[in-house]
Amino acid sequence: MGRYVTRSFLWMFPVLFFISVVTFALCHAVPGGPFDREKVLPAEIVANLNRHYGLDQPLWKQYADYMGFTRNPSGQFAGVLQGKFGPSYSSRSRTVNDIFAAHLPVSATLGLAALALAVGLGVPLGVLAALKQNSLWDYLSMGLAIFGVSVSPVVLGPLLILVFALALNWFPVAGWGRFEQVIMPATALGLGSSAIIARLTRASMLQVIREDYILTARAKGLDERVIMVRHALKNAFIPVATILGPMFAMLVTGTFVIEQVFAIPGMGKYFITSIGNRDYPVVTGAILLYAVFLVFSNLAVDITYAFLDPRIQYS
Amino acid sequence: MTTREGAAQRLAEGARPDTVAQQKVTNLWLDAWRRLVRNKAAVLGVIIIILLVVIAVFAPRIAPYGYAEGDSNDNYMTPLWLTKVLPGHVEKYATIGDKFILGADYLGRDLLSRIIYGIRVSLPVGLMGALVALLIGLVYGCISGFYGGKVDNIMMRIVDIMYAFPTMLLIILMMAFFKTSFGGAAEPSTPAYTFNQINKVVDRVLGLEGGGMLFIFMGIGVTAWMRTARLARGQILSLKEKEFIEASRMIGASDLRIIVRHLLPNIIGPILVSVTLSIPSYISTEVFLSFIGLGVDPPTPSWGSLISDGVRALRSYPNQVLFPSIALSITMFAFNFLGDGLRDALDPRMRGTS
Repeated sequence: MGRYVTRSFLWMFPVLFFISVVTFALCHAVPGGPFDREKVLPAEIVANLNRHYGLDQPLWKQYADYMGFTRNPSGQFAGVLQGKFGPSYSSRSRTVNDIFAAHLPVSATLGLAALALAVGLGVPLGVLAALKQNSLWDYLSMGLAIFGVSVSPVVLGPLLILVFALALNWFPVAGWGRFEQVIMPATALGLGSSAIIARLTRASMLQVIREDYILTARAKGLDERVIMVRHALKNAFIPVATILGPMFAMLVTGTFVIEQVFAIPGMGKYFITSIGNRDYPVVTGAILLYAVFLVFSNLAVDITYAFLDPRIQYS
Repeated sequence: MTTREGAAQRLAEGARPDTVAQQKVTNLWLDAWRRLVRNKAAVLGVIIIILLVVIAVFAPRIAPYGYAEGDSNDNYMTPLWLTKVLPGHVEKYATIGDKFILGADYLGRDLLSRIIYGIRVSLPVGLMGALVALLIGLVYGCISGFYGGKVDNIMMRIVDIMYAFPTMLLIILMMAFFKTSFGGAAEPSTPAYTFNQINKVVDRVLGLEGGGMLFIFMGIGVTAWMRTARLARGQILSLKEKEFIEASRMIGASDLRIIVRHLLPNIIGPILVSVTLSIPSYISTEVFLSFIGLGVDPPTPSWGSLISDGVRALRSYPNQVLFPSIALSITMFAFNFLGDGLRDALDPRMRGTS
């Protein structure tokens, strides 16, 4: 177990290194530079700007400086390794770190809220459906499952606004900062995932409650609730746990669309405009951070996995 | 002649056992087909998909107007019946006129026609995603699983790395790269020029001039193959140790023959199900892209860009969002119904699992 975790942990470094190289190269392969404006700047000014930001260096050197492997033109190690994501070319008053600090927590909060909703709604529905197979609950949760995967957040977002904000006036139409402003975007984003979780929980619960150890637990005369929660649900949760990592990643990046619908000041708008502005540090930094996020959440899932089912052996 | 009689006759004629196996396979598929046809939701899904294809193909005849044709005097013109159905007081500020069945958009273009042409974006995107997943993913997974060892290790490590990319962000970056590198004018006989020409042909075939559809296919294709590759590899790994593979190896069958004739028929079922169930995700990726303005180029209508335009007028003209949303949701339901039905048909044990 310890060895497995160490190995997965070490494997993260080549993965992240590779991702940084590909992203950096791809960013710089997009034609045009950060200082192309509609009104063309004089060549000397562009040259000065390029020198200021180190963009006149060969590409490998720019990469090494950006990552903090080598000393940058001002003679310092100031790169991603040192926790510095560099300057933003388009907003002079803020560094990329400032931008991330201001907007990433917003996207992360929204993603987490959506994940919480997905688990909080999906697991109970799935369990109910499995325990009362072919009942109203079962049909309800399976109906939700097919609804959730078929109705895209792009559709659900405006629909929720129409019904719950404009017609019923229960929630504010858009904006960010108060609790009631989180509910609709999180629902729009997370409902599809809750459908997937409900389905998976139901299937895995149906399988688990037919296992011998459930029979044993019943024969011991244990309380039905204890059996269901301690014995059945714990094991039925394993397949669900495996998809939580990728699901969280999907939700966090999926916020881009939802942010636009609900006018939420998250990372989405910055990322998209930065691509248009060739603001390389913002784009590369965002992809790297999300990748770190993803890799860590997958690792966390692996560990949870082992905790939930001691039978799982790592070699 | 029934299939059983056919098999018996061929046996009598001294056909090789191989053909008998073949017969068995067709029976399995026939069985699955019968189960599929009995599934009402799946049949409904198929009917909707066929209908969508027909509407897309005959779009110029069915759509009342062209997708780019509009008069700014007609902007947001709303038909009378809609003003009665829609919430709020549309009739107070909208130009009322029965020129357009579902109303006109902010440039006075017919919403219905734009939704109809939007099928020409969504369906090909779903299809191309599935094709890439099937062709590249299957070949990749088969090679990796069949040869095992070092090859497998390296190939699966590559997939692992691809999985660590934040997919949506990668696709957005790729789209920007494709569009700016290949979208503009370029010198003849450079790769950019070739891509640009192919893009024009694709757009012309789809009847969406200047839509940039090739770049969307490429952006979605970049990540579409990974799931199938993993699935195919896993299936092959568990199958290749079985006796019947050993047997065909003993009689000197080549690797290619073993993969194509013996392994593929056994794994194609689950793969097909997975690919069909992925189609909605390809469609929704394109909708996302167009929604944030990185998908099709205007004035080509994608349901994503229609919804995006509609959201801006959500308070006053909810019809602008509602109708494209309905079209998108119906399509997604259809593919999910078909995928679920296929899974139940091909593997009844899997019924009700994800």
